[in-house]
Amino acid sequence: MHYQPLSTEDKQAVLDGIGVADINELLKGVPSSLRHPKINIPPALSELEVQRLLRELGSMNQCVGSSLSFLGAGSYEHFVPAAVAEVTRRNEFYTAYTPYQAEASQGTLQSIYEYQSLMTELTGLDISNASHYDGATSMAEAALLALRHTDRTRVLVSEAVHPHYREVLKTYLRGTPYEVEEFGLNADRTFNVDDFKSKLNDQVAGAIFQSPNFFGVLEDLEGLSDKLHGLGALMILVGHPLAYGALTCPGEWGADVAVGEGQPLGIGLQYGGPYLGYFAATRSLMRRIPGRLCGMTQDSEGRRAFTLTIQAREQHIRRERATSNICTNQALCALAACAYMTLLGKEGIREVSEINMDRAYYLRSRIGKLTGFEVDMKTPIFNEFVVKSAKPFSRIQEKLVKKNIFPGVEITQFYPKFKNEFLVCATETKTREQMDAFVEKLAKC
Amino acid sequence: MLISPDDQLSFEKSRPGRRGASLPADRCAKDKLFEKIPDHFKRRRPLLFPELSEPEIVRHFVNLSRKNFSIDTHFYPLGSCTMKYNPKVNEWAAGLDAFANLHPLQLEKTTQGILKVMWDLEGYLREITGMDRFTLQPAAGAHGELTGMMLVRAYHDALGQTKRKKVLVPDSSHGTNPASAALLGFHVIELKSNARGRVDLETLEKHLDDETACLMLTNPNTLGLFEEEIMQITKRVHEKGALLYYDGANLNALMGIARPGDMGFDIVHLNLHKTFSTPHGGGGPGSGPVGVRAKLVPYLPVPLVTQQGQNYKLDFDNKKTIGRVKSFYGNTGMLLRAYVYIRSLGREGLFKASEDAILNANYLKEKLKVAYKVAVDEPCMHEFVLSLKSAGVHAGDVGKRLLDYGFHAPTVHFPLVVEEALMIEPTESESKETLDLFVKAMIEIAKEIIEEPDKVRMAPHTMPIRRPDEVMAARRPILSYRDQLRERILLAEGAPT
Repeated sequence: MHYQPLSTEDKQAVLDGIGVADINELLKGVPSSLRHPKINIPPALSELEVQRLLRELGSMNQCVGSSLSFLGAGSYEHFVPAAVAEVTRRNEFYTAYTPYQAEASQGTLQSIYEYQSLMTELTGLDISNASHYDGATSMAEAALLALRHTDRTRVLVSEAVHPHYREVLKTYLRGTPYEVEEFGLNADRTFNVDDFKSKLNDQVAGAIFQSPNFFGVLEDLEGLSDKLHGLGALMILVGHPLAYGALTCPGEWGADVAVGEGQPLGIGLQYGGPYLGYFAATRSLMRRIPGRLCGMTQDSEGRRAFTLTIQAREQHIRRERATSNICTNQALCALAACAYMTLLGKEGIREVSEINMDRAYYLRSRIGKLTGFEVDMKTPIFNEFVVKSAKPFSRIQEKLVKKNIFPGVEITQFYPKFKNEFLVCATETKTREQMDAFVEKLAKC
Repeated sequence: MLISPDDQLSFEKSRPGRRGASLPADRCAKDKLFEKIPDHFKRRRPLLFPELSEPEIVRHFVNLSRKNFSIDTHFYPLGSCTMKYNPKVNEWAAGLDAFANLHPLQLEKTTQGILKVMWDLEGYLREITGMDRFTLQPAAGAHGELTGMMLVRAYHDALGQTKRKKVLVPDSSHGTNPASAALLGFHVIELKSNARGRVDLETLEKHLDDETACLMLTNPNTLGLFEEEIMQITKRVHEKGALLYYDGANLNALMGIARPGDMGFDIVHLNLHKTFSTPHGGGGPGSGPVGVRAKLVPYLPVPLVTQQGQNYKLDFDNKKTIGRVKSFYGNTGMLLRAYVYIRSLGREGLFKASEDAILNANYLKEKLKVAYKVAVDEPCMHEFVLSLKSAGVHAGDVGKRLLDYGFHAPTVHFPLVVEEALMIEPTESESKETLDLFVKAMIEIAKEIIEEPDKVRMAPHTMPIRRPDEVMAARRPILSYRDQLRERILLAEGAPT
C-alpha cells in the first residue's frame, strides 16, 4: 500500500525494536472473541483504477458546471477567482492541524485573524469567531447564546428564515427547557410585524430574522432592534453575506448577532458541504461567543504574534461548563473566504453585490412578462425571487432539466401551502444571453 | 532568508485604488437600478476591506503558509488527532467538476453518482464498525457527539424513561464528551480511572443506576490502552438499561482488529478527518458520521441516503427522527475523500494501516522509555502517554523544543489523568527513519532538560515567533483590525494599558 512506508523488512526491524516476535503479542488486551472480525469491503484499487472509478461515478451526476443553473435557496453559484484555490491548496494550510502550537501556526492564525477582521467589517459588528459548521448550526448556536445571555426561555423566529435553519434550531432545542416560536408571513413574503409583536413578552431571549429572506426578499428591519432591546432581548440576523457589500449590514440594523452561510464567499457548491457558518456579535457578548477566537498579542521579544484566545469558553478547558461543544470547525473554508474577500477587495465586494441585483432584477422582469407565470415586481430583492406558475412545477422542471437547465428550487417541498412556486436565483455568474435563453425555454413549458 | 520578513496584515498593505479581482462591466438594467432601491436598504457604513493587486495577495498568503507546520512538511505525533497522510488522489477526486460543482437541491436523478458514493461509504463504515446504520450529516466529531447524545435522549424519552439524566464519562475522556452531553442538559459524572488507566468496574457500578442515560467511552482510551474488560462494561451498562456511546477518535487502532459494534456499543461517531485521511485543514472542515444499532435507527436525522433497486435516493421518512442537525446532507466533499481512501486501501490496506499504527507507537514507546517515564508501561495500541512529572520542565516545554528540532509537538497536558502528559501518536504514515530521527531528538531534549533546562523552558528558538503572551491576548483582546485601530486611539488618548 503506497501510503504506508513500513515494508516487510521494516516491520521486522520495528518488531525487533519493540522486542516481540509478532504483533499479536501487543494485542493481548483485545479479547480474542472480538479479534479480527470478517469485514466485507472490496479489495484495494490501484490509483489508476480509483481515478477511472471516480470518473465513472462522476458521469452519473449532471453538474451545475455543465448546465445552466438558477438554483439557490441556501447554496449559491458564485464566481471564484482562481487564486482562491491556489491559497487553499497550499499543503502548509490544508494539511495543518488546529493552531494550538502558535509558534508553528502563525500562517493559519494570521489568516484567521484577517478572516475575523473581514467578517466584522462585512457584518458591521465588533467580533467574529473563527467559523462554525454552516449557516444553520451557527444560527442554532446564536439562539443558545441569546437564551443563556438573557436567562430566558423563548426564542422567536421568522417563518421566512431558511426552513433547514429552523429545523436545525428545533433539533438543538428539543428536550431542553427552551421553546421556539415562529411568527408568520405577509402576502409579499416579508415577515408579519403584527404577528411578531403579538408574540413578544418578557420571556423572549431574542428574535431571529433573515434578510434577504428565504424567498429572496429584503426585509425592512427599521426599529426592530430598539423594540427588542427595550425588552431586554437580542436581535439575531441571518443573511447572504454578499448582500452586505451594497446593502444595509446587520450592524446598521442594530443586530446583536449576525450569522449565516459563508459558502458564497469563495466556497464551491460541493453538494451541500463543507460550507462555512459565519458568526459575528457585539463586544458585550464576547465571552459568550461559541468556537475559536484568534487574537493579536506579542511574543517574548515584543514581536507581533497571533494566538487562540479567551479559551476559557471552550470545551478543552471548561469541559461540561463550556459555552459550546464545538472543536473542529471549518478553518479551511474560512481561509477560502478570507482569500476571496481580500481578492475582491473594497470595490469588488460592492460591485459583485450590485451585479447580483442587476441580474436578478432583470430576470425577474423578464419572467414577470410571461403568461402563465406570476412574480411580485415590487418587493426589493438581492439575487433570488419567487415565481408562481400556472402549470405544475415538477413538469416544467422535468422538461428543462432534459435541456440542461435547472430552473430553480421547488418551494412546495419546504412550504406545502405554497403550490407550484419556485425560487429562481440569478447571481453575477449569469449573462443576459443565458437569462434570455432560459426565459425563452420557460415560455415554451 | 527562508521566510519573508514581511509580517504585515493585508489591511496594512492596502493602498487605495488597487484591485485583486476583475468583474464583468456589463449591466442588464437600462437605468441605474441601485438608485431605485429605498435608501434605508443601502449600506452606509464604510467597508474597510483591503485594496491590493492579485500578485501581492498571492504572495501574502503563500508567505503566510510558510509560517505553518503541516503533515506534508513535518512529522506530527499528535495524540488522539491521528495526523496521517492526506492522499492526493482524494483531493483530485473532490476537485472534479462532476462532484465539486453539484448543487444540493438538484433533482435526485441528476445526482446519482454522489448518492451512490454516500450509500457505499455508509456500507463500508457499517462493516468497519459493526453498526447497523449511519447518518453522514454531522460536520465534525463534536457535532457527531451532540447528535449521538440527542439520539440517547430520544431513545429514553420514547421508552418513557425521562429521569435518565446522568451521563458517565471517564476522567481520561476528551473535553468534547462532557461538553456535548451538558449542552443537552445531561448531568455529567466523571469516573475515576483505575491504576492501569482504564475504567474501574467497581466505580462504574457505583454510579450506574436507573437514572443513568449513557456511558461515553473512547476505546482504546486516550492513554492508548484497550479497555480489556470492555465486554463486562457493556454488559453491566446494558443491564441497567443505559446506552453505550463510542467516541471514535481512536478508531485508527482498530480497523480490521475489533469493532465497537461487537463490543456492545449502541452509538458510534467517527472522525473522517482522523481515521479516514481527510485533511485537517488547519482546524476543519471535518466530518463526524454517527452509526447506531437497529433499535436507534428510527431516531436518526433526516434525510438518510437509501438504495431502491438501481437508484439512490434521499429518504426523509424516518418516523421518530430527532430532525436535521445540519443543512443539506453533511460535509459531502469530506465523505467523498473518505470513500476514495477506503477504495484505495481496501480491506487489507485498512487492516495494515491499523497494524502499522500500533507497531509504530509501540516502537516509539520502547525507544523513548530509556529517557522518559511512560504513564502506563504496557503494550499500547496506536498511541501512548509519557509523563514529565518531576522532570523540572513542563510537558509543554518539551513540545515547544521539538519544534526547533523540526517536529510538531505531541498533544501536551492531556489526558488530564496524567500529570505533565505528553501524548504521542505516530500513525502508520511514518517511516522507521522518521521515527528514529524523532527518537534522537527526544533523547537530545532529555539531555538538555538535565544540562541546560532553560533552553527547553524558553523554546522554541527558531520559529517565526517566540512564545506569545497569552495573558495579554486574553486580558485586552484584539480580535480584528478595527480593534487594533481602536486600541491605537485609546493609547494616544492616554488610556491605561
